[in-house]
Amino acid sequence: MSQSLIHARELTKKFGDFTAVNGINFDVVKGESFGLLGPNGAGKSTAMRMIGATSQRTSGDLTILDKDPDLFGPQIRAHLGVVPQQDNLDTHLSVTDNLYIYGRYFGLSRKFLKGKIEELLTFAQLEEKRNAKVESLSGGMKRRLTIARALVSEPEILMLDEPTTGLDPQARHILWDRLFRLKEDGVTLLITTHFMDEAEQLCDRLVVMDKGAIMAEGSPAQLIKDYSTKEVLEVRFGSERNAHMADDLRQLCDRIEELPDRILMYTEDGEELLERVYKKGFHPKTSLVRRSSLEDVFLRLTGRTLID
Amino acid sequence: MSSLQTRQGSLKIVDAARVAARGALFVTEARLRAMVKWVWLIISIAIANPVLYLVSIGLGLGSYIDKNTGAMGVDGVSYLTFLAPALLATAAIQGAMDESVYPTLEGFKWNKTFFSMNATPLSGNQIAMGVFFNSLIRTIFTAVIYWLVMLAFGVLESPRAWLAIFTAVMAGAAFGAFMQALAGFLENENVFFTIVERFIIMPLFLFSGTFYPLTNMPIFLQWIGWISPLWHATELGRWLTYGSEISTPMLLLHFIFLNSILIFGLIASRRIFTKRLGK
Ligand SMILES: Nc1ncnc2c1ncn2[C@@H]1O[C@H](COP(=O)(O)OP(=O)(O)O)[C@@H](O)[C@H]1O
Ligand SMILES: [Mg+2]
Repeated sequence: MSQSLIHARELTKKFGDFTAVNGINFDVVKGESFGLLGPNGAGKSTAMRMIGATSQRTSGDLTILDKDPDLFGPQIRAHLGVVPQQDNLDTHLSVTDNLYIYGRYFGLSRKFLKGKIEELLTFAQLEEKRNAKVESLSGGMKRRLTIARALVSEPEILMLDEPTTGLDPQARHILWDRLFRLKEDGVTLLITTHFMDEAEQLCDRLVVMDKGAIMAEGSPAQLIKDYSTKEVLEVRFGSERNAHMADDLRQLCDRIEELPDRILMYTEDGEELLERVYKKGFHPKTSLVRRSSLEDVFLRLTGRTLID
Repeated sequence: MSSLQTRQGSLKIVDAARVAARGALFVTEARLRAMVKWVWLIISIAIANPVLYLVSIGLGLGSYIDKNTGAMGVDGVSYLTFLAPALLATAAIQGAMDESVYPTLEGFKWNKTFFSMNATPLSGNQIAMGVFFNSLIRTIFTAVIYWLVMLAFGVLESPRAWLAIFTAVMAGAAFGAFMQALAGFLENENVFFTIVERFIIMPLFLFSGTFYPLTNMPIFLQWIGWISPLWHATELGRWLTYGSEISTPMLLLHFIFLNSILIFGLIASRRIFTKRLGK
């Protein structure tokens, strides 16, 4: 088997005239955690469904575990664990039964599943909910169950489509913790998200997607280095004044971005820049110096924010 | 502690060939696990349905009609004997529909479980067949109970009457497979309920020689019976339960028609499921 578990070249998906995924190229190697970062509608889920060997590509090359999904769908899916964007648990069944039937879909024996289910209930912190109906679970619990379900077959690749969207901060952190453990166990992760902090936390390497295309690729740190400055100074002058302050501020640094509620100033040294802003006689209502994030990378690449 | 210490990896533990061979049964197994939760409802419906129909029609409408038709009865037998095979086939069809239409709408749309199944080595074909097998189990169960109630009501006159279970199941299977395909095809379930139920299923029930021989209908309405699995199954059922007169070519025709619809329904279901899941 070659190094890359997933290999995509000019991968394209059209729905009628509309191109949802437009000729994307990437490779995912064994043991790494790879991310697709992009706003809603970027084509992440569509790409995931093609990689998951369920949705047929319109054109381009795609191999997963060295096999073409058009020809070997079931054989590929036998080694994937899929967590779709929307939970699709069997609402008629209990927590345990959901894990059990899913294991059966992989042809696993009852005996094997008995032990496996216990392990997964612990992993997902759902021991007390083992007999609960799926409907009675909270959003975070459902998400953890969906992830546990995807792990029942000990997949080579775990694919997570927006694993924490809709979860409260505490539930997100529990989930991230579980995903770290999987990574430590050597599971290859493919993750989509529109949260830049999630991408920074979880991904070794990622591609930034927008409108079906890949805008940039690299590790979070490399992307920030390539497409942004070290620090960002955020200043607010109040919404009506921001616009006309922007022109004056532009002279003070390499690059600025105007957002409806604030102005972002890109620089290597935020404090120093803030001093210069004051020296020029500008007095922002509030100011904040922070490190650049993937959000800034996205803004640079597309001129838009990730979450609108 | 909760790390997956025992991990062997799917390359070791998952046998795709095993799923390729038996996948449809795994789908059926999953649904049966859910069905046992409302098994009492299924049993109650299966018993109450024939008892209520046979009592109300047997004692009410039947005796009224028998009084007026005299010794000749309808088609040479009491009205209840004439009607019962049609009701048997209707019940089988209803049982089949319940277990094919709802799970299909649910699996594609309401809780999207078909998409979760399809993310495993299961194929669209296997999911379609798994749903069909479930509906077949429900149909056989419904038909057997109905037949036993008919036996208790004394409307089974011929020694080969037990074969009517098979013809009723055949009708259920054919209709169920066809409706499963349709439910998978019509992505908007409202269309299914408003148009299909009212303008296809109801007329087929009313115009299939259910309550009186099809030949009593004006000729320009008889075609509805001809395309209806219910009529074909009813004709076979009448021949089997009380020995109604029927020619061998017609027997064959009924048999071939039902099986053609069944085969068509299954092929269509498999194609439609595969296509819709692969979008
Ligand atoms: N089955 C479909 N039919 C038509 N358009 C679709 C379908 N699925 C997705 N799209 C469109 O493709 C685009 C990308 O969608 P999606 O892959 O879900 O994006 P993301 O997951 O990044 O939010 C969207 O504009 C969406 O409306
Ligand atoms: Mg999505």
